[in-house]
Amino acid sequence: MAKEQDNILQEVTASEYKYGFVTDVETDTIGKGLNEDVIRTISAKKEEPEWLLEFRLKAYRKWLIMKMPRWAQLNIPEIDYQDIIYYAAPKQEVKKEWEDVDPELKATFDKLGIPLNEQKTLAGVAVDAVMDSISVKTTFKETLAERGVIFCSFSEAVKNHPDLVKKYLGTVVPYGDNFFAALNSAVFSDGSFVYIPKGVRCPMELSTYFRINAAKTGQFERTLIVAEEEAYVSYLEGCTAPMRDENQLHAAIVEIVVEKNAEVKYSTVQNWYPGNKEGKGGIYNFVTKRGLCRGENARLIWAQVETGSAITWKYPSTILKGDGSVSEFYSVAVTNNYQQADTGTKMIHIGNNTRSRIVSKGISAGYSSNAYRGKVKVVKTCKNARNYSQCDSLLLGDKCGAHTFPYLEIENSTAQVEHEATTSKIGEDQIFYCNQRGISTEDAVGLIIKGYAGDVINKMPMEFAVEAQKLLQISLEGSVG
Amino acid sequence: MTGIDKINNDFVSLFREGRSWMEAGCGPEVNAFREDAFSKFLALGGIPFKTEDYLYMDLLPVFGKDYKVVLKYIPQDVNVKEVFRCAVPELATDLLLTVNGWYFKENEKADVPEGVVICSFQEASLKYPELFAAHYNQYAPAAVKDGLVSLNTAFAQDGVFVYIPEGVNLKRPLQIVNLLRAKADLMAYQRNMIILEKGAEATLLVCDHTLSENYFLMNNVTEIYVGEGAHLDYYQVQNQHLGASQINSLFVSEQRNAVFESNMVTLYGGMIRNNQYVALNEEGGECHLYGIYILDKSQKVDNFSYIDHIAPHCTSNEHFKGVLDDSSLANFSGCIRVEPDAQKTEAYQANNNLLLTDSARVNAKPQLIIDADDVKCSHGATVGQIDEEAMFYLRSRGISLAEARMMMMFGFAHDIVQRVKLEPLRVKIDDLIDKRLRGEFSKCHNCLMQCKK
Repeated sequence: MAKEQDNILQEVTASEYKYGFVTDVETDTIGKGLNEDVIRTISAKKEEPEWLLEFRLKAYRKWLIMKMPRWAQLNIPEIDYQDIIYYAAPKQEVKKEWEDVDPELKATFDKLGIPLNEQKTLAGVAVDAVMDSISVKTTFKETLAERGVIFCSFSEAVKNHPDLVKKYLGTVVPYGDNFFAALNSAVFSDGSFVYIPKGVRCPMELSTYFRINAAKTGQFERTLIVAEEEAYVSYLEGCTAPMRDENQLHAAIVEIVVEKNAEVKYSTVQNWYPGNKEGKGGIYNFVTKRGLCRGENARLIWAQVETGSAITWKYPSTILKGDGSVSEFYSVAVTNNYQQADTGTKMIHIGNNTRSRIVSKGISAGYSSNAYRGKVKVVKTCKNARNYSQCDSLLLGDKCGAHTFPYLEIENSTAQVEHEATTSKIGEDQIFYCNQRGISTEDAVGLIIKGYAGDVINKMPMEFAVEAQKLLQISLEGSVG
Repeated sequence: MTGIDKINNDFVSLFREGRSWMEAGCGPEVNAFREDAFSKFLALGGIPFKTEDYLYMDLLPVFGKDYKVVLKYIPQDVNVKEVFRCAVPELATDLLLTVNGWYFKENEKADVPEGVVICSFQEASLKYPELFAAHYNQYAPAAVKDGLVSLNTAFAQDGVFVYIPEGVNLKRPLQIVNLLRAKADLMAYQRNMIILEKGAEATLLVCDHTLSENYFLMNNVTEIYVGEGAHLDYYQVQNQHLGASQINSLFVSEQRNAVFESNMVTLYGGMIRNNQYVALNEEGGECHLYGIYILDKSQKVDNFSYIDHIAPHCTSNEHFKGVLDDSSLANFSGCIRVEPDAQKTEAYQANNNLLLTDSARVNAKPQLIIDADDVKCSHGATVGQIDEEAMFYLRSRGISLAEARMMMMFGFAHDIVQRVKLEPLRVKIDDLIDKRLRGEFSKCHNCLMQCKK
């Protein structure tokens, strides 16, 4: 039995990363390295206003005096920040008509299964695709515009809605927030901008696909979502990258502002190239994601499935400032082979009667290391805060690690904070039970993992849930330790 | 030069100047480690300042005071035995005193089975070099990144030494009372070694008290070796005053089928840091760590534990509970480490806190670091208030609000206290906690000085 399980594990872990192709599109890149001139060049290429350049330079100067964080349960090799290309864009100008777009590029997105072709998007998803550094195509713009919803690339937003960008940029993640946030603030190239006006329920789910294509580049995108009072939006994000031997850096920022009675749901399926079986190559995914529930009864929901990246360093957080605001965090993080993940969330309770819920499910296999790191803070003036955290780890193999590092900081006596965590493996009795009923070991494991991750997958929008489910199967099915 | 740099520099000069004094009474096995330990202390940046392990405890105010250090044994001007009386009635123990970290020279010889050694650390280091070579500074391992432990290794001169040979069962509990008494503010070091050979059994009760009103800073390190099949019950009752700071580190090394059980009862103290490092080296090891802290005023308690599951088939269980009043601060940091191949590990950890005011603070950091797959590990932490439904239940039966609250808090604390196996001690602790909760007393219960701090 053990041998059979090993074989299944072998087969499964041998499954290749299927998004690992390279698209042959001419790219416009600038030279390697980082200095103020590079930042000025990026800013000039994007024809940015003066204030944005100032913002970048401030961030860069701050970054220079910051140190790379080393506190995570990660073994991050030295990164030579001068050996990275900070700007790469498909050379072709963004075409007005989809038909005019470079066929190679179209093929890329077809391969990724992204419903850019509007025919296909009857499913009701508006897509913004970001390749390397610039936004390639945003769909359904007109339909959205009718409702007053702004959904466009970040550069477009800077050009067309400078006041909004200026008002909100850096308000949730300040330019000097942390090492990678400062780096991003200095060199960010593009990303998505979403603005939902007061009282509007966004008629469809908004989606962005990020792809790193060019070699030796880093991707630094920036997403800004603003939901005005009573607004609602569900936003999805997906990521892929080609297979390369060297490591590539991805340092993104996501900022979300949720006003009174508004609700934002942010879902991520992160499937950057995780490196090969020996742990060579792969993306370093160092991301700062943070939301601010600014008004009363604001709601922010994070749902993420993390299966890719060689190293993940990511803590989507929520600042619960408005009274009665609510935030939920659902995460499945899967690591296999030599992947490392240190991920979790932060819930900062400031407003009265704020509630948060954290459900984190880690699955580790191979030689990987998977850590949950989360913080729940209740400030002194916050009354009746409520938090419940559950962090479970599943170990599939005796060479992998599962770690849990919660931090609870409570300063108010009316707070109720609970944290629970368990670590276990799939029990032989569970497998036996399934086998007995004619379910093969492989299916049984799939079933058990499905059940284990179900709490989180169920929180994902439909289209993503299906994709997430598939990803889980690819990464893990059958791998009983 | 201010703050941390000044403090660290003071230690450098103190170490250079006091070296000959420190080495005078100790055996070569002890002195051999001083230089390295002090270098390590400096290499770690001196006093822990904003390090991960001391994240929520600011040591600067504690170390910033102008303390005196005692580098040789000074007889007390009063008979300490007269001044101090153990307040636990009907507890038959063999009593040992230490004063300011020094083994009290007039301790009576305990009536113990043959082969058992109970003496001062200094005396033992000269008399039993082979035991020191085998055990001294072996369990406060190099991997531990705590400068304060290195500091103790560099400076420690005396303390208590207990050796229990193979198969011996110490029937009466051994009570070690650590007293602090001085005319000036005092910084002291104490180093204890407790060795239980194969199959030995013992109960150790450690009490920390202050007998004068000065500021104290005690840095106490205890190394404990629990041999194959040996069993040690360890109780520590900390009842000092607001000016007393204590850094108390236990290093426990457990062999095959050994059992170690500790219970930390923190009733009063200015700043108390309890470090417990347990290494489960061989199969079948078991450890239970319990703790209760009842805090008010500006007390600060930091319970830190690191349980290292090195071998398969070991069990650990950890439960700390606390009640926080006024502007007190409680930190809990517990780490369960399961090394690769430590399969069939069972490890549980829980921390519960009751917050009574908005100026009290709790920081909890329950951690799991697991590198083996066939394990059952869980941890939980809660911060909350008294359960309203339970209160309603009591109120609907005619119990007054105040009394119902008291009952709930007492029950909350009793969860831990009931683990104490020595009945007289359990009754006394219950009684002390009851009094503390009722606000009838908030001081060192047997401190003769009427300090008003």
